[in-house]
Amino acid sequence: MILDRRDVLAAGAASAVAGILPWAARAQEAEAAKAVDDLIAEFTGGAEVTEGDGITLDAPEIAENGNTVPISVEAEGASEILVLAPGNPVPPVATFTFGELVGKHMASTRIRLAKTQDITAIAKLADGKFVRTARNVKVTIGGCGG
Amino acid sequence: MSSIRMKTCAMTAAVAALFLSVPSHAETEPETTDPIVINGGELELPTVAPAPAHLEGVFDQIYSGWLFRDAATQAMQMDDFENPGMIFVDQGIDDWNTVEGKAGKSCASCHEDIESMKGVRAAMPKVNEAGDLWSMEDYINDCRTSRMQAEALEWDSDRMKNLTAAISVQSRGMPMDVAIDGLAEPYWEQGREMYYTRYGQLELACANCHEGHYGDWIRADHLSQGMTNGFPVYRLKQAALVSQHNRFRGCIRDTRGETFDMGSDEFRALELYVASRGNGLPVEGVSVRH
Amino acid sequence: MADNVKPRVRVPKTAKAGEVITIKTLISHQMESGQRKDQDGNVIPRSIINHFSVSFNGTPVLDVKMEPAISTNPYFEFEVAVPESGEFLFTWKDDDGSVYEDRQSIEIS
Repeated sequence: MILDRRDVLAAGAASAVAGILPWAARAQEAEAAKAVDDLIAEFTGGAEVTEGDGITLDAPEIAENGNTVPISVEAEGASEILVLAPGNPVPPVATFTFGELVGKHMASTRIRLAKTQDITAIAKLADGKFVRTARNVKVTIGGCGG
Repeated sequence: MSSIRMKTCAMTAAVAALFLSVPSHAETEPETTDPIVINGGELELPTVAPAPAHLEGVFDQIYSGWLFRDAATQAMQMDDFENPGMIFVDQGIDDWNTVEGKAGKSCASCHEDIESMKGVRAAMPKVNEAGDLWSMEDYINDCRTSRMQAEALEWDSDRMKNLTAAISVQSRGMPMDVAIDGLAEPYWEQGREMYYTRYGQLELACANCHEGHYGDWIRADHLSQGMTNGFPVYRLKQAALVSQHNRFRGCIRDTRGETFDMGSDEFRALELYVASRGNGLPVEGVSVRH
Repeated sequence: MADNVKPRVRVPKTAKAGEVITIKTLISHQMESGQRKDQDGNVIPRSIINHFSVSFNGTPVLDVKMEPAISTNPYFEFEVAVPESGEFLFTWKDDDGSVYEDRQSIEIS
């Protein structure tokens, strides 16, 4: 995972110089984006997903270490929340299903991020509609052997 | 073009100078020195202390590594439940009470409740009755082999780290107070010598980073003063407990040098010297670092 | 069963009826992602806890489908509205078929 992150950062730096993404990286990103779209479609059954209101996703702007990143999701009245890390080799992170005794429809956990990316959360609300939000987390290279 | 190149050269020289020399005032002081408030006020651990006498002219104040971490990492240490190191403390306590070996004893058979270990961590490493400098790991293995008649544990094994963590927590909050005089003095001198010796292809001594540049960036990270009062630490990168000797090994490896073995006499001596630089800071074990 | 798996759960001992309480859980587990390689370059097979669930007196509270992106020593925090005195049951399911459980009682005052 760490090598992966370095590779990606190195690729990012190179492309910043060249002004374009190398074709291999672009193809890889397209494939990852498709995988994420498929995962969302599977979760929603193809229903429309709106951006923003009704769901919050908390995560640090900069993660000191990609191995343990604290995140928190909340969506009032939601029955389910799906969390995805599109930049990970395996994008799904967790699916939370809330029962009737839950106080707030929230949960916190700690996750692994292979590289800097937009973590994405999609909630199924009480009325059956879907909302999504995303949050960018920068994963840094640590100081000593990190 | 040439002016850009010149600028680049000047910058490279400046960067090189930062690493190769030890400017006397390059360090960056922490912005705040708030105590670590554990479990909502149950315990407060100071993060700053006056430097011990032997560091006169080097540091005025000594600081906990906690101050150099980000808020999320700091928060994990402020609640014993959120501190993942505490699960290993629990496992260490289980081990403390488990009978093993031909003598049919556990640690608790002689020492009773693990609370009896209060104070031990603050004085480690320590010269034993025979005049040898021993780390906590040595004392544990001596008990295991001579009293329990059980096998010694590997220095960096999970069980050993769990036990040192469980024993360290008993002294949490007590100021570090390792003896550096009398029989300890030659070991301390040896450790001091190592601290200022440049190792590896990068030719870095402990002091280059942790004395000359604490608070400064090292890649995307901040250097600390390299205090050991938080060990064993739960390190988020490894998602596991890390022992002092393992950290020393990592630092020397990162200088691209041949490192010493965990449990070597060299690392025992270094452990004593580094611990003495933190005399006065509270035992934090088990701390959380990234 | 994976080595040294030990759950820790923090539930308040008492609460008022209907009060919303915070529960925290932590379990020691390597959560081997299936992405890492050993020193010989062979992929270390995936071995994770893939499911976590909580119920109170038999009623579901929270259910989590867990993927390899969950960190080593999985941690969860969530909130529960407690209607009556009773017992929480926490269950973690391992890829290897092991099931780890913990129970905690709460008194409603």
